[in-house]
Parts: sequence; C-alpha cells; structure tokens
Amino acid sequence: MKQGNQTWVFENKPVIISSAAVGGPHESEGAIVDDFDILHKDLWLGEDSFEKAEKKLLEEACSIAIKKANLQNNDIEFMLSGDLINQITSSNFTARTIGIPYFGLYGACSTSMEGLTLASLIVNTGFAQNALAATSSHNAASEKQYRYPTEYGSQKPPTAQWTVTGAGAALVGKSGEGPKVVCSTIGRVIDMGVSDPFNMGAAMAPAAVDTIVNHFQDMNIDPTYYDIIATGDLGKVGHNIASTLLSDKGLNMPAEKFTDCGMIIYKENQKVFAGGSGCACAATVTFGHFFNRMKRGEIKKILIIATGALLSPMSYQQRESIPSIAHAVSIEN
Amino acid sequence: MPGKRNKELNNEQLGYLKFSGKLEPKRKIFSNCIKAFITGGTICVIGQLVQVFFKTYFDFDEITAGNPTIAVLIIIAVILTGLGIYDHIAQWAGAGTAVPITGFANTIASASIEHRSEGYVLGVGANMFKLAGPVIAFGVFSAFVVAFVKIVLKELGVI
Repeated sequence: MKQGNQTWVFENKPVIISSAAVGGPHESEGAIVDDFDILHKDLWLGEDSFEKAEKKLLEEACSIAIKKANLQNNDIEFMLSGDLINQITSSNFTARTIGIPYFGLYGACSTSMEGLTLASLIVNTGFAQNALAATSSHNAASEKQYRYPTEYGSQKPPTAQWTVTGAGAALVGKSGEGPKVVCSTIGRVIDMGVSDPFNMGAAMAPAAVDTIVNHFQDMNIDPTYYDIIATGDLGKVGHNIASTLLSDKGLNMPAEKFTDCGMIIYKENQKVFAGGSGCACAATVTFGHFFNRMKRGEIKKILIIATGALLSPMSYQQRESIPSIAHAVSIEN
Repeated sequence: MPGKRNKELNNEQLGYLKFSGKLEPKRKIFSNCIKAFITGGTICVIGQLVQVFFKTYFDFDEITAGNPTIAVLIIIAVILTGLGIYDHIAQWAGAGTAVPITGFANTIASASIEHRSEGYVLGVGANMFKLAGPVIAFGVFSAFVVAFVKIVLKELGVI
C-alpha cells in the first residue's frame, strides 16, 4: 500500500528469514569482523580475475543465506541482485549458478535496499512465498571499472572512499523468525552538480537527505522513532553534509542514532580516506552487523538509507555531473 | 570542482557546491609539495648515482650513460609496481613519483597487470598504453611543434 508520496507500507510484514555477509581482506581487519559469515584473506579468492572473485563472493553470500534458512536453491522462488560490474555480470553469473527466476538490478550502491524493497513487495503481494535480495562489490574490480588500474600510483584526495570487497544477501519470506520489513521509501534521482568521482559523499548526500525527509513526512513519524538511522556509504564527508542539510530542514538527527555504514565497517586506523563505499558496504553492514545487533536485542527499529551514485566512467569523461539516488527501508524486530 | 561544468548548473546547485565545499577536507597542498619534492628528489639522486656508476665502471660518457640509467629506473619502478608497492609510495609522494620516468613506467606496468585477465592481445596489448597513451601522443606532438619552430627560426637566421 502506498502511503504519502513515495513510501510503500508492507502490511503483511515480510520477514527476513536469513541473511549473509561475506567480506575480503580489508574487511577482515575491519571493525565488524564478527558480523561476517566468511572473510577472505585473498583478494583474488583463488580465481584468475577480480570479476570472477566478485562473482564467487556473491555466490557464497547467496548460498549461505539459503542454507541458514534450511532451504535448497530450488526452494527459492525469485532472486533480485545487482552489482557494479559492467552489465551486472557478477549478479547474472550468480543467478546462472543458482538457477532460479531472476531480476537483475542496477542502483549502484543503493542496490541492497532496492533489492530488499522489491523482494519485500513480491512477498507482500503474495506473488511468492520467498525472494532473495543480494548484491556485491569488489574493491579492485570497481577500481578497474570506474577509475585506474589498481597498481597505478595516483594520489587520492581525502574525500575519496574505499570500495568494500564483499557481498550480502537477505532472504525475505512470508512468515518465520527474523526482522520484519515494515516500509520502504523509494528515492528520486537528485543531482546537485557535484562532478568529482573522488567525492561521492558530497554527490550522494542530497539524495539521502531527500529520501529521509520524504520518509518521515510520508510515515508521519520523527527520527526518535528509530534506534538506528544509517545511510549506506556517504562516508565521513557525506555524513557531515547530510547531518547539516537535515538540521537545516528542521530534522534534527540524534548524533548517537544517525550513522553511516561506510563509517562503521572499517577501523579508524585503516587507510580508507572518508570511509567505505560500494554495494557491499550497506549490504554487509545491514545484513551482517545490524541484523546481529537486532538478534541480540540491542536495537529494535532501524532505517537503512542505501545511497547510490549513478555515474559511469564515460559520463564523467563527457563532463556530466553525478546524479544520485537513495532508497530507505525500515526494518523492525 | 570548478571549471567548464559549472556554467550549466543552476543557482541551487551552485549554492550546494559552495556549501558542501566548506565541509570537505582539502588536499594538503603544502605538505604534498614537500613530500613530492623529497621523493622526486630522491629518485633523481638515485638516477644520478646510477649514471655515475655507468660512467665509472663501463664505457659510457655523460650523454650515453642516460639510456642505461633510465632503463634501470624503469626496471625498478616496474618491479615495485608488480610487487604492489609503487601505488602505496605514490599515495604518499603524489607528483614526486608521477613526474619522473618511474611514473610513466608505472602507468604501463599497472595497466598491463590489470588487464592480464583479458588475455595477452586484447587485454595486455590493447590496454597497456591506456594511461601512457596521452603522454606519448601529446609528447610526440609537442616535440614536433618545438622542432618545427626551431627549424623555422634557424632558416630565418634568428638562431
């Protein structure tokens, strides 16, 4: 049911029956190591290309999520997945492995919540008993795709971010034990003219702010309703900008509740510039870290706003600015 | 990022860029310059020592020692790139490692390593000059212009 301008309320309360988070070498030295199901020390995962390594991460996340629910691949009715590689091949090839009906998504780093929203919609309407939402990113594969070769010696500015190597998957079911998806606010594409691909935080912050403001308006609640309000991968720079913009709009976010997945995943002493980014950033922190905290009863209501920068290496070279999007999903115990 | 793009932006966007610019940490230009000076200088000192070595122990003079010296620096840069060390030095050094010949060697080596997974022909061969290509293209063109100017001036009897 649509409520307000752009929010879907899932009245049948789809349940996240199981979830999985897989990480790479940098994540295995990070701040939330206990929240990953598998951590790989090898960036290549024993494969002969970074792209194949990313596909493996995604396959692992999906199969762990399915196993945790005590199900087999063919018990899953639909799969929704996306990533950052050209033509989302990591997702397509994972869907080939799993062999179930599949939707490929592209929402850049907002894919985790885009997938979770659509999976919840499918289950809520009764079109399926369950649906799997997954996403992945790989540091070196993204650098290769969007920036320079990994071993190229270019100096990155302090506003740059570190793409998370990992994958996350969440299995949404009609009933069962686990956190429930309450509602989703679908984002608009916002472009405030930032064109520096080493400053994604500033490019995406206005999109996050737009979705957050609309979420609270549509649901007629205020930020104190949630225990955690976390953006996907704004990093320190974008988080700071978003907090300021929100308070300018009269939405004062409590500092202890308002956070960013890109600021949670790594330790302070890891050299990740402004913080983590990539599809797997919001996915692993939400499906791993936050769901574990919900399981332990530390937090009950969370709002995740996954942010995505909708640029391509070509659009940047053609001097286009960076349009961004953010999707918010409200999850409660 | 100021420049051509800003012309097409509306006032709201320009206002945002001004506002967000204040909240963004800036590149530390002064300390970056010092670091670039130190590393760039160190690379040159190493180059000088290698040149002296070739002049002292082999049959090279001031000019002919240049080629083997450059070759040694390129080999060192390529090995450091292959071992995954060069990019870490470069993050600290900035222009210090980018400007000398070692930076040029790094662009070719890193692109070759990166695209190895697409095969030797379409991967390594087609992509190795991905970053170095513009340097070669505009370098050759500038050399042509300078040489042309020199010939004209010589014909006119100016030099």
